[in-house]
Parts: sequence; structure tokens; C-alpha cells
Amino acid sequence: METKIAITNNGTPSAESSDKMGIKNLSVFYGKFRALAEINLTVQSNKITAIIGPSGCGKSTLLRSFNRMNDLTASARMDGEILLDGENINASGVDVVDVRRRVGMVFQRPNPFPKSIYDNVAFGPRLYGVRRKNDLNEIVEKCLRQSALWDEVKDKLHQSGLSLSGGQQQRLCIARALAVEPEVILMDEPASALDPISTLRIEELMHDLVKDYTIIIVTHNMQQAARVSDYTAMMMIDDQRAGRMIEFNETNVIFTNPKDKRTEDYVTGRFG
Amino acid sequence: MTTTRFQGLIAKNEVAHSRRRRITNTIMLAITGLLTLMALVPLFWIIGYVIYRGGSSLNLAFFTQLPRPLGIAGGGVLHSIEGTAVLAVLSCLFAIPPGVLAAFYAARNPNTPLGITLRFTTDVLAGVPSIVMGLFVYALIVVPSKHFSGLAGGVAMGILMLPTIIRTTEEMLKLVPHTLREGSLGLGTPEWKTSISVMFPAALNGIITGFLLAIARATGETAPLLFTAFGNDNFNIGLIVRGGAQAHQNIFTIIGRIINEPVDSLPLTLWKYAQQPYPERVNQSWGVALVLMIFVLLIEIIARLWVESRKRALQG
Repeated sequence: METKIAITNNGTPSAESSDKMGIKNLSVFYGKFRALAEINLTVQSNKITAIIGPSGCGKSTLLRSFNRMNDLTASARMDGEILLDGENINASGVDVVDVRRRVGMVFQRPNPFPKSIYDNVAFGPRLYGVRRKNDLNEIVEKCLRQSALWDEVKDKLHQSGLSLSGGQQQRLCIARALAVEPEVILMDEPASALDPISTLRIEELMHDLVKDYTIIIVTHNMQQAARVSDYTAMMMIDDQRAGRMIEFNETNVIFTNPKDKRTEDYVTGRFG
Repeated sequence: MTTTRFQGLIAKNEVAHSRRRRITNTIMLAITGLLTLMALVPLFWIIGYVIYRGGSSLNLAFFTQLPRPLGIAGGGVLHSIEGTAVLAVLSCLFAIPPGVLAAFYAARNPNTPLGITLRFTTDVLAGVPSIVMGLFVYALIVVPSKHFSGLAGGVAMGILMLPTIIRTTEEMLKLVPHTLREGSLGLGTPEWKTSISVMFPAALNGIITGFLLAIARATGETAPLLFTAFGNDNFNIGLIVRGGAQAHQNIFTIIGRIINEPVDSLPLTLWKYAQQPYPERVNQSWGVALVLMIFVLLIEIIARLWVESRKRALQG
């Protein structure tokens, strides 16, 4: 995992915080409706970037742009550049499958496959041709340890993933995402369906993971954004109902000294 | 003071009202109960009568012997049991692969022209009388090949099964939560691989149940077989295989001979025996009816047990 920090794709050695992903002038349309307008954003490597804003402002749409999941919506169209290590992944000829391997995703509701715990984690590696039993065992154990689930499931790896509790299922989904060795992990309100204790565990987990990965998280929860993230992007809809990013800065600046009045109202709960 | 007067009115009516309510309730309950019983009567009547008439002709010979010449007691319906098995296997081969693939297409692309056409034609096909399928296959296979065959019967039954298989598989695939599909695609899994290793296993319970129901329905059909499989009193897989092995034919030749011959099936035998003026044949046709019923019941039970065991395995 250390190698990820050291070198990026274009060969330039990256320091502690370099640009991992970037978005340049991105607009997303659903049919004729413009859901996102002119978004510009840079995501630092080995940092947690939070996207906050009221419901329906396009946070999830923005997040799903980072690994081209919007392609799955038939009517969706993306204009603009999405950079991964300086390379535009929103161009024709880019292999979406490869993008999604490098930019993994954890969803709002835990969605383990109806397979055993082991097979859930081994699903990705098998997909990329890992066949040897020993290699798979090693990957499964490593990923479950990384997602802080190993001690709870090591004796029942061959039970169904659906037999776990909600919080455990979400950590299983994180392990599953880690198993394909992504560089960036997108999290779409990963704790919104979980109780406070499970939420805390996921947040601790994010702190551990960010040493090796770059994390982008969408959250409704102000405190969560303040607790876990290094940078925060504040989004809001404009009068044409298109989502715009109104402020982007270090998290402590957003929460203590925001430049935009709307951001201040929102983070202090006086929005309305 | 209007309120008090209003409440007084209700209190006065309450006594008469509650009596009427109770009487209405009793009458309606009695009517629904009676009608439910009436709906159940034919069901149990049929089952009871078939067991009563057919039970006596069931013995070991019934399942292991070919028919004796007319007018001679004894013999069995081995030929139609084997024929039904051949037809069931053939119809599955013809119906399941295209049916499942079509269902995947329809589930993923419901609004493309091909998807809409598929859905519409499937509904139409489900409503086509089964004898028309027989006629179609007669023109398609029997006329060019100049003889009836198990192959033609299998194709006719396969077409009959297609709509059930497509619709149940499609519905089951749609029931798989889309988050599961996104989870797989989010790992960088290609669409086809997602379909095979995530969507299909998740929907498998319902899909298999659909297969079994389609088989149960198709094996009970007579009409499409009348001029395709036709019937064959001497059909005996054991003899064909033994004869083929003695003549050193390879396995494909033997299979070819099996599906190339006209075959009988249980409903076809039932239909033929029931019209004959020999009491033992008529009794045997009741026996065949009982076997068919038990067969459908067994499929139903297997389907349910399978679904239950899969559910347990999946939910740990």
C-alpha cells in the first residue's frame, strides 16, 4: 500500500498531499435537466474530502461522477473533465471498468452480495484473475483486518454476508472495496443507515484507511464532516435547481470561518 | 349545545345500529365461508375421485412394463413415463437458455424497441392456445422430416414453456435490489459478469421455481403433442440403448435415435386410453391421471423445499 503514496501515474513523485483527483468545469445533465453546474474541485491524496449540502443539491451525483457511476443512468450526460492522477477519465476510450477498480465505492445502504463473507471479499480479486487459494486467503484476511472486521468474523468466514449486523455488513462492503486495491474510495453517506456506535466505528476506520487511500465522503451529518474530513466542499442548488459548489476549503475553515453566508447558515444549523 | 344533541342522537341509534352490524357481520361471514367451501369442493372432489379410480391400477408393473395387446389385462405405461422424461428434458434444453437470456435483456433494457417487442410478444405467446403450438411445430419440423418425433414434441413443449420462463425470470431479476448491481459494477465488474455472478445467483430461487412451474405445466399438456410426438406404444429407452451399444453405435447416434422416434407422454396416453372400449384401459387411464397429479405435486414440493433451503443458506 505504501507504493500508492510514493508515485502517481504520470511519474511525478507525490508529496504528503498532492492532487489525486480533480474536477474541472463539470456539468451533469439528466436529459435536459442540469443537475450539476460548473463544478471545480481538487481532491488531495491521503486526505478525506467531505461533500456537504442540503438534500437534492447533487452531492451524490457529484460523488458518482468520480468513478463514472452516472453512466449507469441512461439519461445522464457529463460535460467537463474528471482527472485521476492528472488524466481525464471522462473521455471517450477510457476503460470505465479500470476507472472503477481504481476508484472504489461504498454505498449508503450496506449491499453485501448474497454470498459467504469470504466470497464477498474474494469477489473482486477473483474477477481480476487471482485464483490461488493461498493468495485469496491472504487478501481476504488483510482486507477484513483493514476494515476492522476480522476479529468478529474470522470463525465464520463461510457464513452468508447477510447474516451480519448492519454495521458489520457496511464494514464487509468496505473490505470488499479494498480487495481490488483501489486508490480512491468514494463513500455515499456510509453511516446514515447505521446506529451511533457503528457510525463511530466507520469513522475510526476512515481515519485508519486514509493513511493508504484517498477518501471522498458525502454526508448529511455536519458533525461527521467536521470530525472526519480534512477538506469540505459545500454545495447548494441555484435558482435553476442546478447543484453548484459554493465553497471549498479546509474543514476547520468551513466550520469556523466560512466566507459564504449560506455556508455559515448551513453549518451552524440556521439554514432555512 | 349542538354537540350534546348530536351525541344524544348517536347514543340513541347505537343500540339498533350495533344489532344490525352484528347481524350483517354474521351473514357476510357465512356467505364468504360457504363460497370458499364451494371453491374447494371441485379441487378435493377431483383429487379424491382420481385417487379412488386410479389407485387400484397402480402397481409395480404399471411403472416398469410396456402396454400389453388390447383386451389383455396387465401391462404398464413405462413407454409414456419415459416419453414424458424425454420430452421434459428436450423442452428444457430448448426453452431455458433462450428464455433466461431474453429475460436478462428485458430486465436490463425494458424501454428499448426490442425490449418492448419482447414483452408484448411474450404476453401474446402466453395466450396462444397450446394446440396452435403443435400445429406450428407440425409445419416446422414434422412435415419437412416426414415423421413424428420426440424432437418435435420437445420443441412444441419448449415454446409453450418460453413465456412462463421469460416472465418469471424477468420478474425475479427485477426484484434483485439495484444496490447489489451497483455494488458489483462499482468494483469494476463488467456488466455481463455482474449479470452472471451477482444478479443470477441472487434471483436463482425464483428463477428455478419458474422453471419447475413451466415444466409442470408443459408436461400436463396433450394438445401440442397430438401431431408432434404423436405417441408410440413400443417406446423403450432401455431397448434402444442396449441395441445401440450392441451395434457399437456412439452415444450421439443413440441419443439421435431416441429423440428421432415418436414418443408417448402421460397426458397423451391418458387421452388415448380414456376413449377405448376396454375397461382395463380406462382404469389405466385413471392410473395415469393419478401419476400425473402426483408428478406435479412432487415438482411443487421440490420447488418449495429448494427455495426454503436456499433462503436458509443465503441468510446464514
